[in-house]
Amino acid sequence: MNPLYLLGGLGRAVLTLLATFGQVALFSMDAISHVFRPPYYPREFGVALMNIGWLSLPVVGLTAIFTGGALALQIYAGGARFNAEAVVPQIVAIGMVRELGPVLVGLMIAARVTSSIAAEIATMKVTEQIDALVTLSTHPMKYLTAPRVLAALITVPLLVGIGDIIGIAGGYVVATQNLGFNAATYLQNTVNFLELRDIVSSLVKGAVFGLIAALMGCYYGMNSGRGAQGVGRATKSSVESAAIMILAANFILTGVFFSL
Amino acid sequence: MIRMENVQKTFGDNRVLQGMNLEIPKGTSMVIIGGSGTGKSVALKCILGLIKPDSGMIYVDGKDAKKGDRDAFLARFGMLFQGAALFDSLPVWQNVSFRLLRGPLKRPPEYAREIAIEKLRRVGLKSDVADRFPSELSGGMQKRVGLARAIAAEPEIIFFDEPTTGLDPIMSGVINDLIREIVTEMGATAMTITHDMSSVRAIADNVAMLHDGVIQWTGPVAQMDASGDPYVAQFISGSAEGPIEAVR
Repeated sequence: MNPLYLLGGLGRAVLTLLATFGQVALFSMDAISHVFRPPYYPREFGVALMNIGWLSLPVVGLTAIFTGGALALQIYAGGARFNAEAVVPQIVAIGMVRELGPVLVGLMIAARVTSSIAAEIATMKVTEQIDALVTLSTHPMKYLTAPRVLAALITVPLLVGIGDIIGIAGGYVVATQNLGFNAATYLQNTVNFLELRDIVSSLVKGAVFGLIAALMGCYYGMNSGRGAQGVGRATKSSVESAAIMILAANFILTGVFFSL
Repeated sequence: MIRMENVQKTFGDNRVLQGMNLEIPKGTSMVIIGGSGTGKSVALKCILGLIKPDSGMIYVDGKDAKKGDRDAFLARFGMLFQGAALFDSLPVWQNVSFRLLRGPLKRPPEYAREIAIEKLRRVGLKSDVADRFPSELSGGMQKRVGLARAIAAEPEIIFFDEPTTGLDPIMSGVINDLIREIVTEMGATAMTITHDMSSVRAIADNVAMLHDGVIQWTGPVAQMDASGDPYVAQFISGSAEGPIEAVR
């Protein structure tokens, strides 16, 4: 095969990727600007708060409690290799708050919320509901995107905070019920070990991940292709992009908070 | 009055509108006929600004449709979409009164609900439909709700995109009669897209035949059968023989 064909293909792929980045960046700026510009739609914002925040609580809670419990078991078993079983409360706390809490909540939100936003908006596009909004003098970015972006920005950090607490509680239950830890000492070690910076980083990550999750859902929904296949592709791409961007953002934020 | 001058629109290699010219006098009902994929919906969406034409001019009451206050421009229009395009997440009455529940035309919810029920009655639906969701309605009922939404804010101009597609002949007749009655009593300017000839005869004052991206013939509905235009004649007869290719 002519190597120029390969080079051409690679070039096209890079250009497509860069064009997509550009479109996502422009869409994100536009979407965020609409959050601050009237008219506002409080009912849609309330519905988005409920869907993104309240209804995600069971998924977030279950994910966190099992992860916290498994983490306690792993640290205990691993720590036993060099007589460090006593560090379970500290490592569970730091692991949940700094890393696992935000990342797992972010990924669960990408799976649950991003997919739902993308599918809903894409279906609205395919069935001309977005055109109908325009003819009814309603800007789709203000009516559909801004409430969801703002709701995710507010609720996902709260979900991360709740996930952190439930995850630590999962570790606490396993450690005190199965591993023989003293309850009061476990809690004391957890509280003493955590720093304000750990908690702030967790909540900031939650806000950034929420923003990414909502923006990706809205972007792929608004730019969906036609028919059922278009909706399916938009949903799949939104979750893939949100998950990858959340993990990349997590790496960058971890560097910013803890390596500088 | 709506005037389209040499409007062109291309999607990729597909030249959908190739210099479309059309005039719709104020207070009249224009029906655009033509085969599937000939650009009828594109023409309608170009007027509303949902699709940007590549070139050409569109005027509404002598003013360039692209200029001026967009909200004020759109507030003059009502539109019935092909699939009704009702908002799934809202009950019927909130769909009908959508404009009255938010934005510059916002009214108290009780008033908006009253208007919605009045408009639902106007299109032959009972008040108990008001609290149902669109997914709980039949296709014909959804079309009627879409029609009620289109007329809720009493627009000067109403667009109907394939108003009878997917409906049985009786329901089609009901929708056609409703459109004619409403357009007449409101004195609105109407533009309808259809391939249903019974709709054409029931709704139209004037007819335009769109093919190959241009208007092939336009004239009063009374002259349509004797137009002498081979495109119109083939379309009316539904024959496979003629200037319009059966395989497109």
